[in-house]
Order: sequence, then structure tokens, then C-alpha cells
Amino acid sequence: MSVSPQLIWTSFSTIFRREVRRFMRIWPQTLVPPVITMSLYFVIFGSLIGSRIGEMGGYSYMEFVVPGLIMMAVITNSYSNVVSSFYSAKFQRSVEELLVSPTPNWVVMSGYVLGGVARGLIVGFIVTVIALIFTSLTIQHIGLTILIVFMTSVLFALAGFINAIFANSFDDISIIPTFVLTPLTYLGGVFYSIELLSPFWQALSKLNPVLYMVNAFRYGVLGVSDINVAWAFAGVLLFIALLSGWALHLMRHGKRLRH
Amino acid sequence: MTAALSIRNLQKTYDNGFQALKGISFEVQPGDFFALLGPNGAGKSTTIGILCSLVRKTGGSVSIFGIDIDRDFPGAKQQLGVVPQEFNFSQFEKVFDIVCTQGGFYGMPRKLAEERTEKYLRKLGLWDKRATQARMLSGGMKRRLMIARALIHEPKLLILDEPTAGVDIELRRSMWEFLQEINAQGTTIILTTHYLEEAESLCRNIAIIDKGEIIENTSIKSLIKTLSKEVFILDCLEKLSEAPDFGSFDGRLLDEHSLEVTVEKGQSLSELFAHLSAQNVSVTSMRNRANRLEELFVSLLAENKKQEAEMGE
Repeated sequence: MSVSPQLIWTSFSTIFRREVRRFMRIWPQTLVPPVITMSLYFVIFGSLIGSRIGEMGGYSYMEFVVPGLIMMAVITNSYSNVVSSFYSAKFQRSVEELLVSPTPNWVVMSGYVLGGVARGLIVGFIVTVIALIFTSLTIQHIGLTILIVFMTSVLFALAGFINAIFANSFDDISIIPTFVLTPLTYLGGVFYSIELLSPFWQALSKLNPVLYMVNAFRYGVLGVSDINVAWAFAGVLLFIALLSGWALHLMRHGKRLRH
Repeated sequence: MTAALSIRNLQKTYDNGFQALKGISFEVQPGDFFALLGPNGAGKSTTIGILCSLVRKTGGSVSIFGIDIDRDFPGAKQQLGVVPQEFNFSQFEKVFDIVCTQGGFYGMPRKLAEERTEKYLRKLGLWDKRATQARMLSGGMKRRLMIARALIHEPKLLILDEPTAGVDIELRRSMWEFLQEINAQGTTIILTTHYLEEAESLCRNIAIIDKGEIIENTSIKSLIKTLSKEVFILDCLEKLSEAPDFGSFDGRLLDEHSLEVTVEKGQSLSELFAHLSAQNVSVTSMRNRANRLEELFVSLLAENKKQEAEMGE
């Protein structure tokens, strides 16, 4: 018997609904903190310091920084939702509920990843609404904007899923966000255009994948970018394919899930 | 008839080289109430882990109602419900959600999952706790919650890994009744337990596993028949100052109101009572010194250990 489409859909929607229920239940931990942090960024960098910086990339500093900050919120929340939820399920052994069921591995992965995407997009939406208090946003390419934010969210949710598979302790789920994700995001052109950097640092910055996502999103909103947007989409797609394959490989071989 | 569970030459060697299963084989027939017994570390939980895919076998084959897990594990899993030894649900989720969500993992439409959740929570006395977070439940309630969760897709084969560990006597007996009820309705049950009295009163067939090998696989009745002797404690009406004459029986005075008598296979209890009665010793009650299955279990393990020692020499 192969797994029926009905089982796949029911199982996927059950995992997804449970993930959404989880982060909505603990909204003071999941939805409020990023909103407060981003509001402070808008006030301090956009409004107070930004007014003294002047234009960047042909836009006011506030207009320039808003897309990057929205993307930063989406990235960190998509990642942290999946890594904490899936690791908690491993820690409490409730992941066994899924592993003993006929649900295929790819459905488990998709359910968790889309749960992370849901949180990332909800936080991104709230941050966007707050940004509108500080500046007016006219989105230049709505389709591209939605697509890149969705794809970026999927990519980082997948990365969180893999982190959770490898993690053996709660320390392990904070190492990557602290030592990898945060530096990449801060150095990924959220707060500045890489045109301000010397050629060496510009070249080095172009090795940072977050730069491409932030710039693709900024292109969608403002119509300007430091990099070729087509490369950004191709890169994100490639990484989604690679991380999906890796995550499924780990699940198939039971890495830290089965004995 | 297709076996509910067929295990052939099942092997498991962990990454650290430990050989947990050395090629075990046994079958469980549909409708059976089967006991899988063994000391700690014998391989029971490894076997169950393989059946539900939490442990990967390194050799052999397993079929559940004729479905080979190597060919169609999802299909085999649909036939199987497992109640593990350790609590393995989210402590922060509500009781209803835990059970209902499990139905979703088996492809059950939401409405049906909700109906079944209500059915099994009511049967297991947890309906009043449906909106309670799992962490607030007592140990016994958590065990019943895991049984309700395992039954949500109404499996044909239910495996319970020490379901009554740490459960008080009243609750244990109500769980026994519930398990007997679903077994009578056709669900095949495999039980692992350290309470041999539980296995003797519930199960019809048995496999005993020790150090990764099956050392006995028979019916409980046949196994009990192999007992060469039984030791009874007799409670006496009158105060006894010294041991009476036991005739051909081996016995001793335990205290002033009780006697311990060993009855060999072939000896008659009527003969013992007649002998005691002739000496004006009135017996008011009697019981086995230890559970009969327990005595057999201990002797089988000791025999296995002795054989291994001899082979080692």
C-alpha cells in the first residue's frame, strides 16, 4: 500500500495546524519580542540616527532600512520557530508520535517548515504594518516581493529543521543563530548598501547569501538592489533544494531520531 | 491464517557494537493476548522499537498482518498501535489535542478523529481532563492517555510496553479490564511487563527473551504445567507451637499461624490436607509463596545463565 493523498494532506495539515497553534499559544514569546525589537530599530536607526545619515541608494535611510529589517524579522522567526519546535519535540520525545505513524518523512519536514514560514510571514506582516507608522512604503514589484520573502522563509525554516535534527541540547539550538545567522544578517546589507564598502569587502560581502535575499526583497519594494536579483532567486532555489535533500537524507537514515 | 505478527531471525546490532537481538523468531496469532517477557536489557524494547520504526533492524524480517515492513512500512504501521514505556507526548498540549492530532497523523479526517478521541477518552476515564495540559495529569492518567492515543486509529495489533509500571492496584485492575475488553472485541495485544501476575492472568501465550534470544515460546498453560513443584503458604486456624508432621511433603513452620509446604508434581493437595487434618491442624486459607510464572521465569533465566557459563568454559 502506498501512502494515500488523503493521508498526506491530513497529516500535513495536522502538523501545520499544530505548529501554528503552538506559536499562537505562546504569542508573548513568539510574536511580541520581534515586533518590539524591530520597532526599536525603526525608532533608533530609521528615525533618530537615520535622519542624520541622509540618502542611501537614492532613498531616505528609513526607506532603505525598512525592507532589510522586515527580511531580518522573517529570517530569524522562520528559523527559530522550527529549530525550537522540532528540538522540543525531540527532547520530549513527542516526535515519536510522528515517527511511528505512516506519515512520510517529507510530509513531516514540510509541515514543520511551513509552520515556521507561517510565523515568519506573520511577524514580517506585523513589522511591515509598524514600519508604515514611520514611513510610507510603495511596493514596486509585488509578485517578486512576496515570492522572495516566501522562499527566504522556507530556506531558513529548513536550516532550522536541520539544526534541530543535529541538536543534542538546548545550547545546540542557539549556537547557529548566535554565531552564524546574526552576523550574516547584520553584514547582509540590512543597514547599509555594499557600495559604501571597499572593493575587497564588497567582494567578500557577495559570499554572504543573506545579502542576496535582502537585496532581492529591497528590489521588490524599492526597485533598487546592490546585486543581480536573478542570482538571488537562483541561489535561494538552489539552497532550498540542497537543504531539503539534506534534511530528508538525515531523516531517512534516522540521524538522532531513530536508533 | 495470516499471523498478526511474524518475526523471523530478527537482529539488531547498535552502532557501538552491542548485539541487542541475536536472530529472534516468533509469531503472534490474530486475537491473541501475548506476553513478551524478559529482564531489563533483554531486547524487548528493541523489538518493539523495530516494529514501530524507532529502531532500525540490522537483519531478519517482520510482517504485521502479512505486510512486510521492508516492503510497505506505512501499510504495516496502519495495523499497529504502540504504547511506549516512557511518556512521549508534549507536556504542554491539551489531552484532547494530543489524541486527536495523532488521528491526523494516520490520515483520519478531523471529524472522525474528534469522535474517536471522545470515545477513547471516555472509555479510559479521561474525558473530564480533555482540556487539561498533559503535564498536569497524574502518572496513571498519562499512561491511559498514551493508550487512548495508540487506539485512535483502531489498530488490529496493540503493543503495550510495561503499561502498568508505577500504576496503583485499583487503576491497574481497571486497565486490565479495559485491555481484556478490547481483546475480546478482536484486537490482538502484545504486552511486556515486569508484573508476572499480570502476564499470567491476562495472556494466553508467551515468549521469554533473554540477552537477545528467545529462551521460551509457548502457551502460559503449557509453561505452568512444566512446574516441577509449587511452594504454598498455609494459614492455620489454631496457634501452632511446633511444626506438624508433613508426611511425604516437605514443610516447615513459618510462624505460629502459618506453614510453608512444597508440593512436588504428582503429589496431591487432598492428601496433604487429610494428613494435617488428622493432626487437628485446620487450614483457613492458602496461597502460592510466589507467582507461579515468576518462579518459572526465574528458573528459566537461571538455566539460560548456567548454559551460557558452561558454553563459555
